[in-house]
This record gives sequence, C-alpha cells and structure tokens, in this order.
Amino acid sequence: MARYLVRRIFYLALTLFLIASITFFLMKLMPGTPLNNQAKLTPQQIKVIYEHYGLNKPVWQQYVSYIVDAAHGNFGLSFQFSDQPVSYLISSRIGPSLQLGGQAMIVGVVVGIIVGSLSAIRKNTWVDGTSTFISILGISIPSFVLAILLQYYLGLKLQLFPIADWGGFSYTVLPTLALAASPFAETSRFVRTEMVDVLGSDYIELARAKGLSRIGIVWHHALRNSLIPLVTVIGPLTAAIMTGSMVVENIFSVPGIGEQFVKSILVNDYPTIMGVTMLYSALLCAMLLLTDLVYGIIDPRIRIAGKEG
Amino acid sequence: MEEKMKLAPDAFEPVSKKDELDDEKIVAPSRTFIQDAWRRLRQNKASYVCLWILVVIGLIAFTSPITASHPNTSNPNYANLPPKIPGVNINGFNGTSVVAGKRVDAYKQNHVPSKVHYTLGTDYLGRSLAQRILRGTLVSLLIGLFATLIDLIVGVGYGVISAWKGGITDIILQRIIEVISSVPNIVIMVLLMLILKGGMLPIILAIAFNGWTTMARLTRAQTLQLKSQEYVLAARTLGESTFKIAVKHLLPNLSSVIIIQTMFTIPSAIFFEAFLSYIGIGIQAPTASLGTLISDGQKNFQFLPYQMWYPAIMLSIIMIAFNILADGLRDAFDPRTARR
Repeated sequence: MARYLVRRIFYLALTLFLIASITFFLMKLMPGTPLNNQAKLTPQQIKVIYEHYGLNKPVWQQYVSYIVDAAHGNFGLSFQFSDQPVSYLISSRIGPSLQLGGQAMIVGVVVGIIVGSLSAIRKNTWVDGTSTFISILGISIPSFVLAILLQYYLGLKLQLFPIADWGGFSYTVLPTLALAASPFAETSRFVRTEMVDVLGSDYIELARAKGLSRIGIVWHHALRNSLIPLVTVIGPLTAAIMTGSMVVENIFSVPGIGEQFVKSILVNDYPTIMGVTMLYSALLCAMLLLTDLVYGIIDPRIRIAGKEG
Repeated sequence: MEEKMKLAPDAFEPVSKKDELDDEKIVAPSRTFIQDAWRRLRQNKASYVCLWILVVIGLIAFTSPITASHPNTSNPNYANLPPKIPGVNINGFNGTSVVAGKRVDAYKQNHVPSKVHYTLGTDYLGRSLAQRILRGTLVSLLIGLFATLIDLIVGVGYGVISAWKGGITDIILQRIIEVISSVPNIVIMVLLMLILKGGMLPIILAIAFNGWTTMARLTRAQTLQLKSQEYVLAARTLGESTFKIAVKHLLPNLSSVIIIQTMFTIPSAIFFEAFLSYIGIGIQAPTASLGTLISDGQKNFQFLPYQMWYPAIMLSIIMIAFNILADGLRDAFDPRTARR
C-alpha cells in the first residue's frame, strides 16, 4: 500500500511536471506580447516591461525559473489584471469555485442516487421512464443554456433567487443547480444500471426468500453494492463541473476561477491561463488518485498492491 | 368463460413421412451480426425515432448551402424582427413582439414590405435566423462528424497497436494516455484553440485531440481479449500478416465497441464546439454555429427570447437524439446491457 502510494505520487508529480512543461512551451508559441499598445512604446519602455516580466532572458532560463517557481506555487505576474501575482489572483477566487463545485457535486450525486435507485426499483414503469428522460435531458442540454434559462425564469420572472453576483447562500442556489445537472444525470444513469444488475443477483434473491422487506433489501443489500462503482465516476464528474463552472460562473458573475479563466483567455493573459491550467490539472490528478485509493479500500476485491500502475 | 373447445376431426391430419422434422434444419432465418443489431434497434422505439429525427436534421442541414444560401446577408433595416409565418396568427409567429408591455407589429413599425417575412425572425444585424440556424447546424454536425472520425482512426489504431504489441510499447502508450487524460478536456481544448486560433479545422483538431483517449482505452481492452482467442492464434500460426489479422479478424469484432463509442463521441464533440464558440474562442463571426447563435441570442434573451430559444432547441434536440440513439445502439449491439 505504502509503496503503491509512493509510486502514484511520483507519477502524479511527473504528470504535473510534463503538463507544466508542455503548457510553458505552448505559451511561448503563442503570438502576442504582454503589451497592449506596442506601437506607441519606445524600445526603452518595451525593454523595461520585458525585464519586469522576465521575458528578456533566454527561453531555457525562463523555463527553468518557471518550473522552479511553479513547484513553489508561484506562477508569475498576470499580464492583464493590474499586474497581480497569478497565485494571488487564483487564491482569492478559489473559495466561491470550491463552494459551488462542492455543492453541485453533493446535490447532483445525492439526487442522482435517489432518482437512479428509484428508477431501478420501479424499472419499466412510468417512474423509470420519467427519470430516464430527465437524465437524458440533463446530459443533453448544455450547462450554459440551462444556466440562462434558470437565471431568466427562476431569477428574473419568479424573483426566487438573486439573478447574479456573489453574496450569501441564496446567491449560490441557481449556479449550483445549473452545475449540478450533469453530475445528477451521470450519477442517476450509472446508479440505475448498477442497481438493476445488483437486484438481479442471487444474494438479493436469497434476501427476498428470507422474507426481508423491500426497503430492507434495497437499503441493506442493493444500495451499498451498487454505490461502490460510483466512486469511479467522481473523476470525470469533477472534470465536467470544471467545464461547466467556466460558463456558469460567467453567466452568474460569480468571482470564481472559471470566470477568471474565461476572462484571461479572451485577453491572452498567458501567466494566468497557465496557472489555472496547472491548478485544474492538479485538482483532477488528486481526485483521480483519491478515487483509486478509496476504491481499493471500500472494495476489497480490488487489490492495489499487486496492480500494475 | 368455460366454453367448450370445438374441434372438427379434419383439423387433425397424420404427419406424412416426407415432412418429418429435420433435426439439423435451422428454421429461423440466419442473420448477420449487423442485421441482428438493426432488428433490436428497431424494436427500441425511442432510439428508432431519434435515428429518423437525426436523418431528417442531417438532410436539412446538408442541403442548407442550397436552401439557405444567404446566412450572412445583413440588412440593418430589418434588424431584430420577430418570427413571422404568413397566415399564422399565433403570438410568437405573427411578427409581433412585446415592447414596453404592449404587443406591437414589429414588421409594420419597421416598414417592412408585406411580402417579406422571416420564419424564425432576424438577428441584430437583420440576418435571417432560420438560415443561420440551418447553416449553424451544418457547421456543428460537420465538426462533430469530423472530430469523431479523427478520434476513430487515431483511437482505434492506437488501442489496437498498444494491445497487440504489449510489453514496453503498451506501457509507454498507456502512460501517454494517462497524462493526457489527467488534464481536464476543456483546458487542453482551450490551450489548443489559443494557439490555432478560431475556425473550423482548429476546433476539429482540438476536440479530436483529447477525445481519442477513451476510444483507445476501449479498443485496447477489447483487443487484449480478442488476442488470446483461438481464431487469432490460428491466423498467426498460419502466418497471416499482422496488418491482415487486424483488419480481417480484430476490426469486425471490435465494431460494436467502436460504433457505440462513436455515437457517444459525436454529441460530446458537438457540445464542446458549442461551448468553445459560446465562450468566444470557437467559430469566428460571421460564420454561424449553434454555439455562436446561442451566445448572440443570449444577449437579448429578455426582450427577444426567440433569438436564443431556436438555436438552443436545435442544439438540445440534436444532443438528445444522439444520446438516446447511442443508448439504443449499445443495447442493440450488446443485449447483455439491455434493460431487463
């Protein structure tokens, strides 16, 4: 176990190093400079600005210092957003994003489990049909369309929740709903399939033969076993929430990472783009590692130590 | 209920010798794998309907260069006209819109000649929304199809090679996949789009770049299973070349996995195209795609809701149809996963 963990962490570090290197050289390939109005500047001024951002050094020196700094969590200065350090820009915005992402994950997965189990228990009835249809909608309707509709109908027309901005809990409701749609849909489809499988197995038959109540069977036997594989979708769901957060935060003007990322993309703010890329990748890698570890712990059939990683 | 069954004696007749049952005869028609899958797909009504919806949308989209030949002709005098279909007097289709709480005929206000009408209205530059949606659908479908095609070629090739070679090749190839898939898709796409700049080809490449990993994983797993089958061993023993084994023995047996995965990749490619265009780094103006149309329409959603509704509905229908069809195909190709 310990050896496995060490190896996985080594691979994680290697992966992040590769990603950092690739993004660095990709950014060097990009057209454009940190200067908005290059034509108006004297060569002297340009030189000063380049020195300020460390762009006057040879590329390999920039690369080495970038990697060393990145390992310390320092991603340089933002080109566009009032010259703030990228790490500050990101850390001041991580709170809302984590809160929204976390809430969306919890709401989506919990509701998904309930709906998925219900439709497995009542399979091929109207309950099953309706919930299957809702989860198809959840997968198919893009998050940005859903966000705009929620904002317009629940926010503007019915005035139930604030339309945008960031304040108390009520401000998080609409963005959370918009983000939760895709984890909900994925979870409910997944749980349904697993549960149908489990409900058809011999030990459920035995439990039924013993005369256990329906609820007892589902709660004690079926649910637990169908939820174990759910751990494996947490990684993809995290990625989906990251994707969604970029547009949803933008639509609801949430001061989060996703909103910053889109803003930075549109103004070619490369240091911030690289910083957010690294943050997202690190987060996803950590989630994937965590998933594998948890899966090994809760399902004894998965042997971690002997597995070729 | 207890009615006596009336049977005439001539309802029975002795079996003649020549009709004697042939134990070896196969009575049911023998169906190929594809025919069998097709039969099962047709039994799944929702999927079958979705297949036809997609065929119709596809036909409309692919003929749109002829039917909707002026998607970019702007006409500032006719800007923001609501939908109007002559002879239909339902609010929303009669050329009226609500301005400051009153319903007014926008066509009259703008002095539009009575024979000019726009079925789905116009956008802020006076361009026909119907034409733009048709062309946008074509762009979205093309991107989805081509990105998936690249996924298919790269992914299947990669997966088969990785599994077939095994050993160190396999380990290296799998590590590469692991690195790529531990970066969120959207981040890779955004980075690639920034370098390649907007346009159709860059989007296709960006979407294809990280879509193929799933396909490669699935084909690798399947190939590993097939590799140890007797008929593959037989082919190898007989000295068949590796390439021929791959094409003649592996591909046909991989086809169900490939087809199912393809059907899931197309909607996700269409989604990512819409997403990239929506945040402004995808398709560039004046070309329309469903993503740019939604992004444009959203700005006026409060006052001219039709400008976002129609492209959004189109996109959603395409996505829903592909997803339901993909589910149906999965059940058709692999009856074990079918609803029990």
